[in-house]
Amino acid sequence: MPVYTLNVNGKMHKVDVAADTPLLWVLRDNLRLVGTKFGCGVGSCGACTIHLNGNANRACLLPVSSVGASKVTTIEGLSEKGDHPLQLAWDEVDVPQCGYCQAGQIMTAAAFLKKNPNPTLEQVETAMNGNLCRCAAYHRIREAVLVASKKNK
Amino acid sequence: MIMGNSIHQERRDFLRKVSLSGGGLLLGFTLFEDLEAQTGKGHLIEGVQHDFNSYLSIAADGTVTIASPNPELGQNIKTSFAMIVADELDADWSRVKVVQAPLDNSKFDRQLTGGSGAVPHSWKRLRTAGASARLMLIMAAASKWRVSPEDCYAENGMVLHRGSGRKAGFGELVAEASKLPVPTEVKLKDHKDFKLIGKPIRNVENKNIVVGKSMFGLDFYRDGMVYAVVQRPPAFGSKIKSVDDKSARAVSGVSDVVRFGNNVAVVANSTWAAMKGRKALVVTYEPDKALESSSDHADIFTRLMDSPNARMHRKEGDVDAAFQSAAKVIKREYECPFVPHNPIEPMNFFADVRPDKVELIGPTQTPGSARKAVSDLLKIPESKITVDITRLGGGFGRRLKFDYVVEAAEISSIIKKPVKVIWSREDDMGGGSYRPAVRYRFEAALDASNQLVGYKLRGVGMNAGNPTREHNFPSGSIDNLLIESLDHTSPITTGAWRAPITNFLAYAEQAFLDEVAEAMGKDPVQMRLDLLQKARTKPAGPIRYDIDRMETVIKTVAEKSQWGKKPGVSQGLSVYFSHASYVAQVCDVVMNGGKPVISKITAVSDCGVVINSSGAQQQVKGGILDGMGHAMYGKLTFNAGEPEQKNFNVYRHIRMKGMPEVEAHFVDNGKDPTGLGEPALPPAGGAVANAIYKATGKRMYKQPFIEQEPLKESE
Repeated sequence: MPVYTLNVNGKMHKVDVAADTPLLWVLRDNLRLVGTKFGCGVGSCGACTIHLNGNANRACLLPVSSVGASKVTTIEGLSEKGDHPLQLAWDEVDVPQCGYCQAGQIMTAAAFLKKNPNPTLEQVETAMNGNLCRCAAYHRIREAVLVASKKNK
Repeated sequence: MIMGNSIHQERRDFLRKVSLSGGGLLLGFTLFEDLEAQTGKGHLIEGVQHDFNSYLSIAADGTVTIASPNPELGQNIKTSFAMIVADELDADWSRVKVVQAPLDNSKFDRQLTGGSGAVPHSWKRLRTAGASARLMLIMAAASKWRVSPEDCYAENGMVLHRGSGRKAGFGELVAEASKLPVPTEVKLKDHKDFKLIGKPIRNVENKNIVVGKSMFGLDFYRDGMVYAVVQRPPAFGSKIKSVDDKSARAVSGVSDVVRFGNNVAVVANSTWAAMKGRKALVVTYEPDKALESSSDHADIFTRLMDSPNARMHRKEGDVDAAFQSAAKVIKREYECPFVPHNPIEPMNFFADVRPDKVELIGPTQTPGSARKAVSDLLKIPESKITVDITRLGGGFGRRLKFDYVVEAAEISSIIKKPVKVIWSREDDMGGGSYRPAVRYRFEAALDASNQLVGYKLRGVGMNAGNPTREHNFPSGSIDNLLIESLDHTSPITTGAWRAPITNFLAYAEQAFLDEVAEAMGKDPVQMRLDLLQKARTKPAGPIRYDIDRMETVIKTVAEKSQWGKKPGVSQGLSVYFSHASYVAQVCDVVMNGGKPVISKITAVSDCGVVINSSGAQQQVKGGILDGMGHAMYGKLTFNAGEPEQKNFNVYRHIRMKGMPEVEAHFVDNGKDPTGLGEPALPPAGGAVANAIYKATGKRMYKQPFIEQEPLKESE
């Protein structure tokens, strides 16, 4: 099997996996970065959202062979001490119920806020609509994104 | 306060009582060196009482560790349970750690998550555990200071003496306190003295969740474990005809392909290799039972609806006479499809089966039943099987079934390796245990003065058992009543789905009552209040709900929602009693470009004492969106036994965009807490249906609403 060198959370990792392996499973099974979740495998739930060069991406649809030298950021690498404004806002607003989808929600929101630091409520809803939360904690997810956007100022 | 030797005697009684009752845990008070000790895997330091049941331990540094026995799936039990213990203990919340306890029948009873029952079941036990420990700490301090315990009190992790102002942290007192006899009687706090209960306390796992720490079953890993993906029959009612595993075995990373029953497991050194191996399998199937399609179900429903063989569940008065002499009869049918649970973490479990012991680790709502099933299958006594409960990425009832646990154990026993079985989303949605499909027929008889004098309900379902709740409202308020059901045994497996039965029965019933109110010429709020008044003054048979509590939530929701007072807004009412709680909801619909838009849902819940006002908001808001979402969009159809929707790209859930605002109010009447994980869900569908009618004149007789006029064309 081919060997790939991946830049994940600022560190280089060598992995020996099949070319078609989705980045999701490389992160989870090979690198043991399990914050990135498996929900559907077809890009419909957003639980596996990571950043590829700062852009939100679905790790379940991304073959490892296509990652190349791109910088991969997972929830574990979003901040050093778990103090990204979104992570703080998530706790303050007390968002999580089961918690399984929340890493994906935060990663989607982080990429979005970088592009749009002062979003309206409607813009937040549009940006977050691809991330499923089966507990339906949507009111608080929306609130936390808005709270975080104010922290950034 | 009793002191001296007599208490030591009683302490032994206490311990004996505990062991005889199989775990009616009151209090454990032990010294643990670290959290691992809690699971029995670490090193226990001196002073540990091995035969103590344990919710609670205090370390010499003052850290309070509270064990949460029930599986956590988002109902926030891990936080709520700890709050109850810590409040009675007067602990410093910032020094409280909460750990998930493994399955342990000797320490805990009812170690499961289901039926919204954990808090009601454990409320007094948890309070007693906390209060007993507090009393022992006070006794230890009083003895140390040579003062009367009556002059001491606990606060924020310390014991204080009123006269001298002396104080000591729990950590300083624990060594002495743990040697004291366990009090046989403790005074629990007055509700007004609660410091944590009722407050908005953040989920204890927030900080771990937001950084992606390993905590779910799917995250669990152990060196040497392999991954398994299982090919199960795609159609309910089919069995394996042939298996060709040559290509599967050729996939790099695949180490084993094993057949067990009608399943074929592909075992590999990674999840992806196992998934690829499974894809390369060539398995053919043949029918074993009827391969049912959704069109068959419609025919079966129609047949059962007129069958003479119904099971009667409740009968009052003379129904035939009431309908024969009626001035007006309203007869309506409602239908709800199968729906999958779709917890966002798919089914998975770790199993390591060895000749002398079995280890099971993963997400389950019923660790006890899972262990029993594995014991039965492998013929290994339960005493040799351990179950560790990970956090659950949702459950919704799906993980009350333990098929995936047994499967992991069976594969491990065959391949003789530790294995984690992983279901794909397609496996999960195609794997059964669905909410059963049901059709209801409601009939109401009105007399010449428009009084509701007769009522009939027949529920027919697919493996639904009795899909009625024959003793719920409006039973008891109508003199002539008949409630009955019929069931069809289908190869399609069904199971409990969040608020089983009531999650669709409530919609149908509340939508029907809305129509009856209209026929009676009554306001829907007043119509229900009048029925309750009738049940109070002239009950027709037994009343199994609290009339006053139901009346209160209806009146309060009318007030909070400004019922009938919002110009341009169409409102629908729904009220339901389930899991011992009462929830009334009003849905607001506004017209936008000729289309109805659900703008707001106002809810009033009576679940007795609210434990965590933040978590309670979550349960109600999430429950309502879940109920509304499934009423609007949820539908699983079948073709020749095979589900036609197997992933989220072809199955619609409620998402953030388009969700209504939800306002959650609580009636805090100080009564012992009842369930809250489920009761907010059942009324949602009815409130939405009734508001849509008010806005558009169209009744919703079928779920999902999105396929009915006038919502249909907006899609």
